[in-house]
Amino acid sequence: MKSYLPSEFIVERDEDKCIRCKVCVNQCTYETHSYDEQDDVMRSKDENCVNCQRCVTMCPTHALSIKKNPGPFRDNANWTSEIIKDIKKQAETGGVLLTGMGADKPYLTYWERLLVNASQVTNPSIDPLREPMEIRTYLGAKPDALEMDLEDGDIELKTKLAPQLTLETPIMFSAMSYGAISLNVHESLARAATKAGTYFNTGEGGLDSRLYKYGEHAIVQVASGRFGVHSNYLNAGAAIEIKIGQGAKPGIGGHLPGEKVTDDIARTRMIPIGTDALSPAPQHDIYSIEDLRQLIYALKEATDYTKPVSVKIAAVHNSAAIASGMVRAGADIIALDGVRGSTGAAPKVIRDNVGIPIELAIASVDQRLRDEGIRNKASIVAAGGFRSSGDVLKAIALGADAVYIATAALVALGCTVCQKCYTGKCPWGIATSDPWISKRINPDIGAERLVNLLRGWSMEIKDMMGGMGVNAIESLRGNRLHLRGVNMTDTELKILGVKMAGE
Amino acid sequence: MMGAQEKKVMAEIDPKVLSHVTVVNNVWKVDAQDLYYRELNTLLRALDRNGAEKVELHSVFGQRYIGTDLKTNLNIDIFGTPGNDLAAFMNGPRITVHGNTQDCIANTMNEGKIVVHGRAGDIAGYGMRGGKVFIRDDIGARAGIHMKEYMDKKPYLVVGGTSMDFLGEYMAGGVLMVLGLNLKEGEKHRARFVGTGMHAGVIYVRGDVTHMGKEVKMVDVDKGDSIVIEGLVREFCGYFKADFDKVMSKKFMKIVPYSSRPYGRIYAY
Repeated sequence: MKSYLPSEFIVERDEDKCIRCKVCVNQCTYETHSYDEQDDVMRSKDENCVNCQRCVTMCPTHALSIKKNPGPFRDNANWTSEIIKDIKKQAETGGVLLTGMGADKPYLTYWERLLVNASQVTNPSIDPLREPMEIRTYLGAKPDALEMDLEDGDIELKTKLAPQLTLETPIMFSAMSYGAISLNVHESLARAATKAGTYFNTGEGGLDSRLYKYGEHAIVQVASGRFGVHSNYLNAGAAIEIKIGQGAKPGIGGHLPGEKVTDDIARTRMIPIGTDALSPAPQHDIYSIEDLRQLIYALKEATDYTKPVSVKIAAVHNSAAIASGMVRAGADIIALDGVRGSTGAAPKVIRDNVGIPIELAIASVDQRLRDEGIRNKASIVAAGGFRSSGDVLKAIALGADAVYIATAALVALGCTVCQKCYTGKCPWGIATSDPWISKRINPDIGAERLVNLLRGWSMEIKDMMGGMGVNAIESLRGNRLHLRGVNMTDTELKILGVKMAGE
Repeated sequence: MMGAQEKKVMAEIDPKVLSHVTVVNNVWKVDAQDLYYRELNTLLRALDRNGAEKVELHSVFGQRYIGTDLKTNLNIDIFGTPGNDLAAFMNGPRITVHGNTQDCIANTMNEGKIVVHGRAGDIAGYGMRGGKVFIRDDIGARAGIHMKEYMDKKPYLVVGGTSMDFLGEYMAGGVLMVLGLNLKEGEKHRARFVGTGMHAGVIYVRGDVTHMGKEVKMVDVDKGDSIVIEGLVREFCGYFKADFDKVMSKKFMKIVPYSSRPYGRIYAY
């Protein structure tokens, strides 16, 4: 069938600058560029270009640029070029539209409408360059009360504390599975988490045995496919996370296509090479809060109660009530993933339509747990499109203990958010299991870039905290008086628990 | 006379639990009545750690997670009814249940063996990746869901009776066998949606199946299959005193997936 799909992008090459070095030919995994030996000319197939900017970045003479195809379609606010192209693609394939990364539309992001306070006159701001600023964060269940013995000035804690994760900065790397991303990316995340004193999440594809040495900084995930889950894996991590759902695709499972299941990935996931790695939509041992409790305690039994257990859900309409049940089921950490959460592959219609913004979910879950007097029994970790330290700080003020970042981490490694992760051909060597392309990520450099990002964001968080006159992140957590809203309805302000700016 | 090993274990055990324990001829006998699952499993872990070889659990009434987080070659005999998640994530021991079991037996089990002189509940062998499970009687729904294998690591689940719906759902490897020994002459296995979403591994059935998932087909067994079947049946007959020849006298069929990529064509790239 002839495709009616126009090229999305146009490759422009400055012939005066091009030296025919073929870097672009070698770098493009979508076979956009080719060299015509007979005529000594470089050619481009625009229809293959995904605008990942790999060739543009690597071209030694800056001869390349990519332009968006202004498109043959007439402007229309309803029948946009994207919609027309999507329909044509489905008419030609009869399939479910796939996409990668998080929602790309302006999905009612609240971060821009939340503003942070600063001290003026009546309360001094603090200079974080000269005064201690505490952003260390502990994740896990906290006791209702502390009992201690005082003897000759020595304090002995009598209360037995639940296992905790210690974060030197309230930012962790979110779940990205081995198979969806390459080993070198996993290693970069693992080493950066270790160096920065935080954690990376293995995702549901298991942990390659070569990375077990970073287990002290790993959160090992258990999802419906139970890939790579065995007692060594559970005991290798610092915490275990049960994945119920994911913000980019709430309510559905995951399919890692068979061509990505190479030898290494098959060994780690414990499935035959080349088979689809299918994660069923539900975990079939969990149909209720009581069943969730059963799995939480199975994992606690399997690790002798030495590790906190996290439960991750997509932020959906009844998140607050569900989260309450999760805490009562024994979850030590509640991970919430909002509608803008990212993914390696998801049906576009689900990514763009299912779930609720993370801002509202954090506020409503935090409030619900406080109202029920169980907020101390679990920590809240928020995920889903955190782009800057400002977003992180606001999330903590809304009630989160820490956040998960994934897209920001991948962008630090080179990702340009071209949204083609599901092809497995990521020219930046990130979302691929191809051993040749994977080499484009060097874990030495990758870890350094990630540590730099965390360092930058952490300093910014301290700066903002200092401005507020707050010197410990505990004083900021759930402290919504430090936030004000603009451009919001009364209901939105009420759910977020913040006052209108000027109030 | 108490041996050094016994003294060492005794010292590690909560005094309240200790009163439930006696040692006879190197067999650790535990009266599980009124023991909470955490107490019971802490005890089992202490025994496991200290190299105990044989344990008998008496009066078991629904305690969960028995066998979880045990790594050695401990032999455990269970009298009564163990609770959900028996042998979840288990990594070595051999468990014999003299009675029925509940849901989620062998959940994500890695290594070891379970022999059940009775029936098992739903989702037996969920995500199981190694070891063997033998159930004398029937099994509940979704048995063997997402069992998987890699190279020589292969799980086996053998059922003497019949199964409920969604047998072998999403199966990604391993061997599932249903003998139907309690079916009447001419009666079929009643399970529907057998092998739904299955993309690797094999299900052997003795007798007819009512309804299969669209991802699988039923074919004749070949010579290689016969060797596997005979081996498993012989082992089954050994545990449950069944007549090998009688079991083998009825025809076995094999259910296998059409494709290792059942959902490869649902997406528009």
